[in-house]
Amino acid sequence: MNISTSMIVLIAVIGLFGVGLYCLLITRNLIRLLVGLQIMVKGAMLVLVFVGQSQGQPSLGQSMALTVIVADTIVAVVGLALAVQVKRNVGTLDIADISKLKR
Amino acid sequence: MWHFIILVGILFCAYQAVRDKRLLVSAIWLAGTSALVAIMMYLIGAYQIAVIELSVGAGLVTVLFVFAINIAGDEPIPNLSFIPKWLARIFTVMAILLIGWQLLPLLDFPINLNQDAGFQQLVWENRKADLYLQVVMIFAGVISMLRLLTDEYQTRILHKEVQE
Repeated sequence: MNISTSMIVLIAVIGLFGVGLYCLLITRNLIRLLVGLQIMVKGAMLVLVFVGQSQGQPSLGQSMALTVIVADTIVAVVGLALAVQVKRNVGTLDIADISKLKR
Repeated sequence: MWHFIILVGILFCAYQAVRDKRLLVSAIWLAGTSALVAIMMYLIGAYQIAVIELSVGAGLVTVLFVFAINIAGDEPIPNLSFIPKWLARIFTVMAILLIGWQLLPLLDFPINLNQDAGFQQLVWENRKADLYLQVVMIFAGVISMLRLLTDEYQTRILHKEVQE
């Protein structure tokens, strides 16, 4: 392993974060928002593992990544359940239409 | 060489997951991203987390997405965002530069493949608060899953019973 591997992992982290953020900014579909969020979290997980490995504390990085995996999965489950209920009750997944409910 | 191929695969799958108009295909691309991230984790020495990410991220979450998309349906939503796309691109580039600037010092540290034997001790003994929190989160997920599986008919019956 050398410096180029570190650079490749960091490019992956930055790329995942950028793609996820762009998805969150431009999409209006509730389920696709969750897809963007998942992509961003994968970048966060990768950087946690990478920092643990590079700083000589792999167990700490991996245990934190484990917590992030559990939290991310639960966020996906709760978000998808909300999306299904919104679709049943409102009839759409468009967040522009859902936000009109507050008026 | 393998790292570079996987990097290209990760970025391609993530981009396709965002770009594809069909939600179901998007979920499959997301599963591909998860699998490649798991391989990347394996290559940098995080073997246990790689296996967990492969089974949970690429397996369980994908099944949940496919299930929810089948229930909710894949409706066509106009390709209009709340903010203009050029502004979203500027924000994204700025965020990437900021993250890159923060992560740049890490390039000085090479990845160490040596494993310490303390992963299980750290998870089960030193980070008990996190462990309890994870148990609570899993319960929340199970309750949400039950809610997801409850169909509209049962919900109406429940509402009628409550009103009576």
